[in-house]
Amino acid sequence: MATTLAVTTAPKTGRRSNRPPKARGGMTRKNGVDWLMLAFAIVAAILIAAPFYLILINSFKSPADYSTGGPLALPSAIYLDGIAAFWERVNFPQKVWNSVFISGTVAILAVLISVLNAFAIGIGRIRGRSWIVLLFLLANLLPQEALLYPLYYMFREVGLYNNVWSVIIVFTVIQAAFGTYLLSAVYGTFPKEVLEAAAIDGASRWQILWRVIFPISRPTLSVLLIFFIIWTWNEFLIPLTFLVSNENQTVPVAISLLQGERLMDVTTTSASALLGLIPTLLFFLIFQRTLTRGITAGAVK
Amino acid sequence: MSAVPFVRAPRTKLPPEEPLIPQRRGGGTAGYWLYLMPGLVLVTVIVVVPLVWNIYLSFTDWRGIRPPEFIGLENWIELFGDATFWTSFVNSIWMIVAMVIFPTLIGLVLAALLFDVIGRKYGGRLASFLRATYYLPQILPAAIAGIVIGWILRPQDGALNTILESIGLGFLAQNWLGSPDTALGSIMVVLVWIQIGYPVVVFMAALQRVDPELYEAAELDGANWFQRFRAITVSIIRPEIYVVTLTCTIAALKVFGPVYVLTRGGPGDSTIVPAYYAYSEFFQSQQVGYGATIATALTVVIAVVSILFIRAQNAAERKERAGL
Repeated sequence: MATTLAVTTAPKTGRRSNRPPKARGGMTRKNGVDWLMLAFAIVAAILIAAPFYLILINSFKSPADYSTGGPLALPSAIYLDGIAAFWERVNFPQKVWNSVFISGTVAILAVLISVLNAFAIGIGRIRGRSWIVLLFLLANLLPQEALLYPLYYMFREVGLYNNVWSVIIVFTVIQAAFGTYLLSAVYGTFPKEVLEAAAIDGASRWQILWRVIFPISRPTLSVLLIFFIIWTWNEFLIPLTFLVSNENQTVPVAISLLQGERLMDVTTTSASALLGLIPTLLFFLIFQRTLTRGITAGAVK
Repeated sequence: MSAVPFVRAPRTKLPPEEPLIPQRRGGGTAGYWLYLMPGLVLVTVIVVVPLVWNIYLSFTDWRGIRPPEFIGLENWIELFGDATFWTSFVNSIWMIVAMVIFPTLIGLVLAALLFDVIGRKYGGRLASFLRATYYLPQILPAAIAGIVIGWILRPQDGALNTILESIGLGFLAQNWLGSPDTALGSIMVVLVWIQIGYPVVVFMAALQRVDPELYEAAELDGANWFQRFRAITVSIIRPEIYVVTLTCTIAALKVFGPVYVLTRGGPGDSTIVPAYYAYSEFFQSQQVGYGATIATALTVVIAVVSILFIRAQNAAERKERAGL
């Protein structure tokens, strides 16, 4: 589970940033109610950020420091043993690499398949395309439990069980299903003049796709790519089921499987949560612009 | 896990079967099918075949070893009398409360505050910063979000119980995840925390359609905050409210990660959800046929919910058009 998002292409016109407009002079009278509202919004933000803060400060404490100072005190000395111990135990670099490899491969393959499908549906406007779009939409909406056991059985039969490629194949299809649904609508409104001009210049369909349509739709594709990476990174059920041996597991699966070990003291557990959230946090900070541009509920007019 | 909003394809005025690229002499549209082949083959093998197979399995008894044995409607009859299954669906409704109702209501208020008051009077920078803060939990893998809150709720030395004791409220300290009375509520708190940022961001994006001058004018005319909220904000973003409600309801029906990480459905059946129930039937009880029945039932519920939503949305749109 996790993020439920829809991606749209923001037109490149109008206000460049998606910030709410700045207050203009004159109408900035602030009455008591306004200050109350501000206080409410800030308290909400503090409550939402508090768990992050707690995890951050307590990951750098020794268990003794935690029991004397309590969870709210800053660490009396920077203590890295908890993080180091968990890093070693989970073999963190290996897990990060697995997650990066799976998410990155899925994102590239899924974008590629989305482009091919959307070209046939949106540009080629083949017969029965609304049914085909519906099929892809359903593929994305289905609960994964309804596919889980047959897929598990199929991958065991073909020898891909406990292999990262099983997860890559499944998520390529699930993400491409969403990409097809979205891109078909985008390509359906592609400027016809551009395509006609390219056709008159003698370009084949294949050339038009890769030299005209692909470059022009690159902004949309990059938003899709980033969402596919995040969605795949955050997946849990299918990696948990298909990647049983330690060296193939993704970050969320490896970390949650170690939670069951009651040996972990309070600050090591905190460190495990910290390691789990750092990669996504970094990714979010780097791509924050693209993300907020993309997070809007589809083309609802 | 991603959900998809319901969006109607734009209506173009071209003849329905005419490709956007002009046809060469004698060229048909058949060539386009070649482009669709990889995607269609993959979706058939990875989604359609397993789905049909899973539906078939719901009519069989299968332990995963010997071939499945056809038993007709026995699984389905058992399912309707299965108290655990009904518990899991009642818990799903609680998940919907935590992931749809709370976040949408709070998200509406927060988005309106950020756009109407904070963005206008305290500057867009502060509004953007607050919006990003609300969104933070959304980017975590749900399982990791569960671990973060689970850490705070640890029974003996957890942050929440320690804080309660230090301010003299020690009698309120609980084994939050280990007691049947509080475990479900604790999971709901995790889900609210995860979900809250999503409606805020979507609603704020929708509010970009509004000219801030409109709020200014309404304020000058003496409309208070709540009147502006009702007359402008809610009516403008009604379509987005539908989309958020639908996508989050589907997500709530599919919840698995936080339940797996925090409670494994326990204590007893107090936090079991359909997704986890199916998983445990598949891989712990080895009752594959029965697990497939639960998974199929969940699929049917999601399909019905989606159809009802889409119909409600269309009806609402028709009403609006008639009113104009």
